[in-house]
Amino acid sequence: MIEWEPLLLTFKLAAISTLILLIIGVPLAYWLAHTKTRLKPVVEAVVSMPIILPPTVLGFYLLIALGNSSFFGRWLNDTLGIQLVFSFSGLVLASVIYSLPFMVQPVQSGFAALPQNLREASYSLGKSKFNTFSKVLLPNIKTSLLTGMVLTFAHTVGEFGVVLMIGGNIPGETRVASIAIYDEVEALNYDSANQLSFVLFVISFTILLLVYFINNGKKFWR
Amino acid sequence: MIQCEFQKKLQAPHGEMLLDVKFTIEKGAFVVIYGESGAGKTSILRMMAGFLSPEKGKMKVAAETWLNTKEKQFLEPQKRKIGFVFQDYALFPNMSVEENLNFASADKNNKSHLEELISIMELHGLRDRKPATLSGGQQQRVALARALVRKPEILLLDEPLSALDHGIRGKLQDYILKVHRQFGLTTILISHDPGEIIKLADKVLVLENGQITKEEKPVEIFTKSKLSGKFQFSGEVMEIKPEGVVTILSILIGRNVIKVVCMQKEVSNIKAGDQVLVASKAFNPVVRKIE
Repeated sequence: MIEWEPLLLTFKLAAISTLILLIIGVPLAYWLAHTKTRLKPVVEAVVSMPIILPPTVLGFYLLIALGNSSFFGRWLNDTLGIQLVFSFSGLVLASVIYSLPFMVQPVQSGFAALPQNLREASYSLGKSKFNTFSKVLLPNIKTSLLTGMVLTFAHTVGEFGVVLMIGGNIPGETRVASIAIYDEVEALNYDSANQLSFVLFVISFTILLLVYFINNGKKFWR
Repeated sequence: MIQCEFQKKLQAPHGEMLLDVKFTIEKGAFVVIYGESGAGKTSILRMMAGFLSPEKGKMKVAAETWLNTKEKQFLEPQKRKIGFVFQDYALFPNMSVEENLNFASADKNNKSHLEELISIMELHGLRDRKPATLSGGQQQRVALARALVRKPEILLLDEPLSALDHGIRGKLQDYILKVHRQFGLTTILISHDPGEIIKLADKVLVLENGQITKEEKPVEIFTKSKLSGKFQFSGEVMEIKPEGVVTILSILIGRNVIKVVCMQKEVSNIKAGDQVLVASKAFNPVVRKIE
């Protein structure tokens, strides 16, 4: 019998992370696409760090920063009663940081590829910045948004190192599919490991296939 | 009346350039800004629209101040009564023709004005089409209609016709002239095309390296020779291009191609490949076939 709990937890984590990244990643991408500040390369480097950084490094620093040994971690725990390490909320925070570049980069290039004229045309028609953003710019980067969402989701499904460092292996709380597979293999339960792996394999392939399908044939999407 | 004074450093093809202009445009006038590419024409238009801020400057429309850098006054583009038409149309790709027009309309009860524009620009058959399925000329008609939905007082046209074929350009010039007159607009057009300028403009501002060097009637600018005294060259006709009321001859003289504005009947016996003599008397160049 397949163990569904880790799979459900994985998809819950991926869905919540994707939603949060939509909310913070899209405005950040818009800002990066249009800012003229000299700090832009710095911000871009920070956002993209998780792509090259070993996940364990990210997880380790998050563990230090959010744990009880740090001032911030103690303050969160003592004042707000929030404990982020070894909890689902901590996993969400870590995933958001870990998958940030996968949302920001496609959306940023989507915004940058839109002609500047579209914004100005909308302003000249009396439309506010917000209206222009939501009715003109966002609808015209649909494929970039979709790519960002799918990549974020898939990347979160695939995370292992960060989760292991900051979440551990608590069933129903932080024991996501990738951790469960590792756990089963260690216990030599190859059958259970195989079942979980196969489900992840199929889902990941389907997701990526969908993205390439849509990006290659825009007519299909429209 | 529109009074403008702009100063701004621009990155031009030959390095940094100071755009420093001051001009006045009468209400209801049709003014063309003419000059080499990189002279700062588009920047002037964008500053009038409020898309670009000058380092120093003032702009007043009738009694209303739109810009005064000294007193830190700046009216947002959204609040300026302008219509702006771009060279590449800038229609919203996600909206149909009708949705593009409706988007511009703040007042949903404004149906009759919308219908009027659709009929002036002959857009009936195109209502439900997406911009990507339209030809350049059709897109620019939609863009022109869209720019007029809010009943602007000033129409700013940034080389709107330069990407279009000659025949379509002529038709669109007629549309522009029609709305200019019908809605009592003050129109400012950027154009490179002498035929177009002579056909449309009341006044031409000639921009060279960020400065307005001439402010004259179009005919005066294009019929006066830059050379004084008498010169004459012979060359080969490369191309004969009718441009509305005039004809433009491209003539190869030595290794340079020059363009000469002629009246239609002056050149009726000349065809491409003919050897011609280009002579300049004090003012008008004279073009004659070499037998």
